Amino acid sequence: MASTAIETHELGKRYRLGLYKRGYGTLREALTEKFRKQAPEESDYDGPDFLWALKDLSLSIQPGEVVGLIGHNGAGKSTLLKVLSRITEPTSGYADVTGRVGSLLEVGTGFHPELTGRENIFLNGSILGMRRSEIRARFDEIVEFAEIERFLDTPVKRYSSGMSVRLAFAVAAHLEPEILLVDEVLAVGDASFQRKSLGKMTEVASQGRTVVFVSHNLAIIQALCERGVLMERGEAVADGPVKATIDQYLGSLERAASDDLLERTDRDRRGYYDTRIRRVELRGRGHGPPDVVVAGEEATIGIELTEQLPTMECRITIVDGLGQPVTTFDSEISASTDVRDPELGARIECEVGSLPLLPGRYRLDVLLKAKRQIQDGLQAAGFFEVQPGVVHGRPTPATGSDGDIVLPHVWRLPP
Amino acid sequence: MLRDLESAPAPETIRLEPTRGFSRVLAPKELWRYRDLAGQIALRDITVRYRQTLLGGAWAVLQPIGFMVVFSLFFGNLAGVASNGLPYPLFSLAALVPWTFFANALLLGSDSLVSNSALVSKIYFPRIFMPAGILVAGCVDLAISIVILLAIVLIWGLTPSLAILSLPLLIAIAAAAGLGTSTALSAINVRFRDVRYVIPFAIQLWLFATPVVYPSSLLSEPWRTLSAINPMVGVVEGFRWATLGTGDAPWDLIGISAISAIVLFLAGLAYFDRVERRFADYV
Repeated sequence: MASTAIETHELGKRYRLGLYKRGYGTLREALTEKFRKQAPEESDYDGPDFLWALKDLSLSIQPGEVVGLIGHNGAGKSTLLKVLSRITEPTSGYADVTGRVGSLLEVGTGFHPELTGRENIFLNGSILGMRRSEIRARFDEIVEFAEIERFLDTPVKRYSSGMSVRLAFAVAAHLEPEILLVDEVLAVGDASFQRKSLGKMTEVASQGRTVVFVSHNLAIIQALCERGVLMERGEAVADGPVKATIDQYLGSLERAASDDLLERTDRDRRGYYDTRIRRVELRGRGHGPPDVVVAGEEATIGIELTEQLPTMECRITIVDGLGQPVTTFDSEISASTDVRDPELGARIECEVGSLPLLPGRYRLDVLLKAKRQIQDGLQAAGFFEVQPGVVHGRPTPATGSDGDIVLPHVWRLPP
Repeated sequence: MLRDLESAPAPETIRLEPTRGFSRVLAPKELWRYRDLAGQIALRDITVRYRQTLLGGAWAVLQPIGFMVVFSLFFGNLAGVASNGLPYPLFSLAALVPWTFFANALLLGSDSLVSNSALVSKIYFPRIFMPAGILVAGCVDLAISIVILLAIVLIWGLTPSLAILSLPLLIAIAAAAGLGTSTALSAINVRFRDVRYVIPFAIQLWLFATPVVYPSSLLSEPWRTLSAINPMVGVVEGFRWATLGTGDAPWDLIGISAISAIVLFLAGLAYFDRVERRFADYV
């Protein structure tokens, strides 16, 4: 018997592109195709018509490990889960899976709108691989978790979307397979339900089950998983402790091509132009890429200039994705900790001890002064991305939450 | 829960790899493993079929009875089609009951994978459950309509003979033929949506190729016997003999149809099995 829970050996999955472009493929097309040409040469499979969603992936996961898969869209994470859950067959290589697999690739798969909540619990449960007896044993727990007691005998089509999502997640969360495959399903329901779901997943992960987890929410991955696998173009490019893998992922995020700011001729750009803003960037801690920072971590905003002038002052405003100013740093309002560093040259830096911003994309507006005149003022001189992280010991709420900032706080709740 | 895990027998290892040939549908162990799901899917198909309809299960009966009325008017009265000396309404209804079962299995079954594409692309289970669930749900309809048929036969003053005991065999033949055809068609439908448009039309043709509105005795030998290659010929003629309590047992037709149904069944399943692994990529 294999000692691993999941062992893949040079696993490959090839998809044919253009299939959808050709519609569903009618019978006539297939027949003419069949007569026109022989089976494609093996070398054709590497051509532009084919895509290897997984390529030579060898991975071994021990029982009880909680593994997070991270990577860009299209890196092959979901395809791997699909192969492991037997929805689709690999094209090459193999995977040995030991133990009962429960997969949760989408919340509410198999819900039937005409069936009642009660009927759907049984249907959905068995679709996810539970035995009837198990569902019956956990029925009350599921109903309670979903908070839908009153609507048990109402057809699901009359549920609000929040209710059906809660019910679906509740069924899934009570699944008890030896291996659980989860694809980006925690981002459902309102904020309070998300917290509850995350708590449930943490519980599942700590029960000694093997869990393979896909999410774009790095904070959730970091909170749940001990091991992280970074996938790129169907291959595993990094595999190790989750923190290290996430750092590497952030490092690999390509920087959006930044134009030369000198060439920008915004209508509202103004100043005397004795010195001009050449480049603005924000760097997080360590060797991450520019303009990406993890919430709660320190950051340095660097501004490169064309000329070094005496007594320069600078004002930076952080503006959120909706155009609302979040906060302003102004060097004219000086503090004793500020320094004038002759080594710096034509450059201004602003260090932020902790960036308590919610995940999202922000822009930097910069105003430059020298000789008591405005030399250059540029809106959207730089952009940066805040990744989910931990602020004051608390994970940041999901993207899309209200507001922009996180303040240190402590809750007092009844037990 | 953890304790359950530890005391459970060592889980077996499943190797997922590219496969060729026949592997899945014909693996009874695999089907048994997912038996609960099979039951749930069949239950769903039964429950959902007439939900939010005014007449509910009555639809199971209304369809064959509606056809019976129309056929009796046009073929029985106006065209004067022979009916082996039986009252034409009974003659046609006894044939329409198994025919409706078969036609619905084909119509709904062939679309079952496509209409459940969300399931097929997100969850693994033996895909055969989809067309099979439709067939099982159809059995409920069939049972209802057989009861009504027998009631009408009794009211009409006829008494079914012991031949009625052959009904399970006849139903099995219809089910085998229906499942074989609908699995194959549902699999083709995943790749080629042409099937959707062909099916209603093909069912109409098949109806007239089956002695539903006319007796098979209209055909001269050897054509009468050969026509039983269409498995529904044996089923339909068998149903008349079994439920109306008259005539000779058409064992020749039933025998040929049974063989033909088994061939259809195996061929359909074999084809399904070969292409099943690609459903999720195409659906």
